[in-house]
Amino acid sequence: MSITQSRWRWLLWVIVALLLLAAPFLIEATLGRAWVRIADVALLFIMLALGLNIVVGFAGLLDLGYIAFFAVGAYCYALLASPQLAIHWPFLLLLPLCALVAAVFGILLGAPTLRLRGDYLAIVTLGFGEIIRVLLNNLNRPVNITNGPQGITLIDPLQIGGFSLAQTHSFAGLTFTALHSYYFVFLTCAVLSIIISRRLEDSRIGRAWVAIREDELAAASMGINTRNMKLLAFAMGATFGGVAGGLFASFQGFISPESFHLIDSIMVLCMVVLGGMGNVAGVVLGAVLLTALPEALRYIGPLQQRWFGEVFIDPSDLRMLLFGLALVLMMLFRPSGIWPARRRRAESMTEKQHAAG
Amino acid sequence: MPPAETILAASGISKHFGGLAALTDVSISVRRGEIFGLIGPNGAGKTTLFNVLTGLYSADAGVLAFDGRPITGSKPHRVAQHGIARTFQNIRLFGGMTALENVMVGRHVRTLTGVLGAVLRTRSAAAEERAITQRALELLDYCGLAARTGNLARDLPYGDQRRLEIARALATEPKLLALDEPAAGMNATETTTLRKLLERILGDGVTLLLIEHDMKLVMGLSHRVAVLDYGEKIAEGEPAVVQRDPKVIAAYLGGTVA
Repeated sequence: MSITQSRWRWLLWVIVALLLLAAPFLIEATLGRAWVRIADVALLFIMLALGLNIVVGFAGLLDLGYIAFFAVGAYCYALLASPQLAIHWPFLLLLPLCALVAAVFGILLGAPTLRLRGDYLAIVTLGFGEIIRVLLNNLNRPVNITNGPQGITLIDPLQIGGFSLAQTHSFAGLTFTALHSYYFVFLTCAVLSIIISRRLEDSRIGRAWVAIREDELAAASMGINTRNMKLLAFAMGATFGGVAGGLFASFQGFISPESFHLIDSIMVLCMVVLGGMGNVAGVVLGAVLLTALPEALRYIGPLQQRWFGEVFIDPSDLRMLLFGLALVLMMLFRPSGIWPARRRRAESMTEKQHAAG
Repeated sequence: MPPAETILAASGISKHFGGLAALTDVSISVRRGEIFGLIGPNGAGKTTLFNVLTGLYSADAGVLAFDGRPITGSKPHRVAQHGIARTFQNIRLFGGMTALENVMVGRHVRTLTGVLGAVLRTRSAAAEERAITQRALELLDYCGLAARTGNLARDLPYGDQRRLEIARALATEPKLLALDEPAAGMNATETTTLRKLLERILGDGVTLLLIEHDMKLVMGLSHRVAVLDYGEKIAEGEPAVVQRDPKVIAAYLGGTVA
C-alpha cells in the first residue's frame, strides 16, 4: 500500500519537475514571450512571499515594510555590479553578500521592535520600509551613492564564467533568451526557498517561532529565548528578500526607489495572507496567483475594444476593483487563505514511529 | 534520613503594582523531593509569587536561589534552563499546534539544532528531531494523552488541556515543577487522575510546587504548605499544623484573630 503510494508520489514529482522545466517554452509557445517574463517575476515573488511568511506566517510578526529588504538586496547588488561606483563583483560573491546585508538590516529593524506587537509593530515596520525608500531616493547628495530617483542603470547581468545570461544561447534545439535563462536561475532559487522554508517549519526553530506566535509568554516560560528567535525570524525573512532583490537587480538591469513602494510590501503580504498564512504551498500559490491575475486582467482593455469598439472601463481601475473585491470575498469565505496551514502531519508521524518501533 | 536540602529559596520577596503591595517580604524554601503547597484566599499573591519565581515579573526586593545558583532577575527562558517549569492558572497552550507539537516545543531548551542543522538536515539534526518526537510521545503517554497526539491543543477537553500543560512542562526536564491550580475546574474523577499523575512525577524525582484551591488535594498531597494572605506569608509548615493555625482559619473564614 505505502509502496505504491510512494511510487505514485515519486511519479507525480517527476511530472511536476518536467512541467516546471518545460514551462518557459510552453508558455512562450502558447501565451507569448511577455508571459515568460511574468513567470520570472512570479518566481521572484515566490521567494519574497516565502521570506515574509517566515516573519508573518511562522513567527506571527506583522511586517508592513518587508519590501525594504528586497530594496536592500537590489541596491547591494546594483551598487557592486554596475558603473555607478565602477565596481563589478561576480554574482556568486554578491548574492550571498546581498543575503547577509539584508539579514543585518533585518536585525536592525527587529531589535527596536522586539517589545511591540500587532498594530504597533505594523506601524513601525511600515515606517522602516519608507525610511529605506526615502534614503535611497536621497542618497545622491552630497555624495552620489544611489543616484537618487534616477536609479541605477546598466547593472551587470548574471554571468558564470564566460556564460552571460543576458545573451541568447542555443542548446539542444532550444533557444534560450535572457528570459529563459533567468527563469531557470529563479526556479532554482525558488525551489531552494521552498525546501528551506519547509525544513525550517518542521524543525526546532520553526516550532519555536510558531510557539511565539501562539503565546509569547508561554513560549518564554518553556525556555525559548524569544528575543533571539524573533531576531532570527526577521533575519531569515530578510535573507530571502535580499537574495530576491539581488536577482531582481541583475534581471532588470535597472532599479530605482520607485520599485520599492509601500504598495509592494502590501502585495507581498497579500500573497502570504490570501495564499494561506504559515503554509508554504499556500504562500507559493498566493504568489503565483497575485502575480498572474493582474497581468491577465490587462487583456480586459483590448477585449472591450474588440467587442464594443471602445474601452468602457480602464483595465488598471478594474484591476484594483477586482483585487479589492477578491480580498473582501476571501476574508468572508476563506479567512485563513486559499490553502490554509493544514493540521500538521502529527498523526502520520506517530504512525511512522509505531511502524519503526 | 539525610538532611533535607533546599532546592528553591526565596527570601524577602516584595512586589508592588503601583500602590498595591502584591507581595511583602515573602520567604519560602522548598526542599528537594517534596510537594510544597502554596495556598491562600483569592488575590493573596500566590500567582504573583509564581511569576516572580519563573522570571515573568522581577521582584522589587528579595533574593532567589535555585539549586545553589542565584536566579534573581533571570529572564523566563533562563529560569526554564535552570530547571524550573511551570503551568498557568488560565491555561496557556499553543492552541494552533497539536498536542504532540506542544510537548515538542518543551524540548526546545534541552536541544541544540540551529538554522543550519535544520536546513541541511544534518545527521545529528535528524537524530535529535527523532529523539524529540520520541520523548514527546512518551510524555504524552505518561500524562495519559496518548490518544490525543494529533489533536490541536485548542480542541482538547479542559482536563486534557491541563494535563497537556504538565506534559509540556515536563519536556523541559525540570527539577522543580510549579503548578498553578492544576485541579481548577476538574471533576472528582479528573482530580483523582491528576493526583496520581503528580505522585508519579514526584516519584520520578521532580520537586513540586503547587498552588491549589482544592484543599483536600493540596492538604493530602503536600509535605509542607505556606499560606499567603494579602501578600504576606502568615503560616508555613506541615499541613496538619497549618490547618489548625488560627491566623489561617481567620484568613479563610474572615474575622480577626482572637
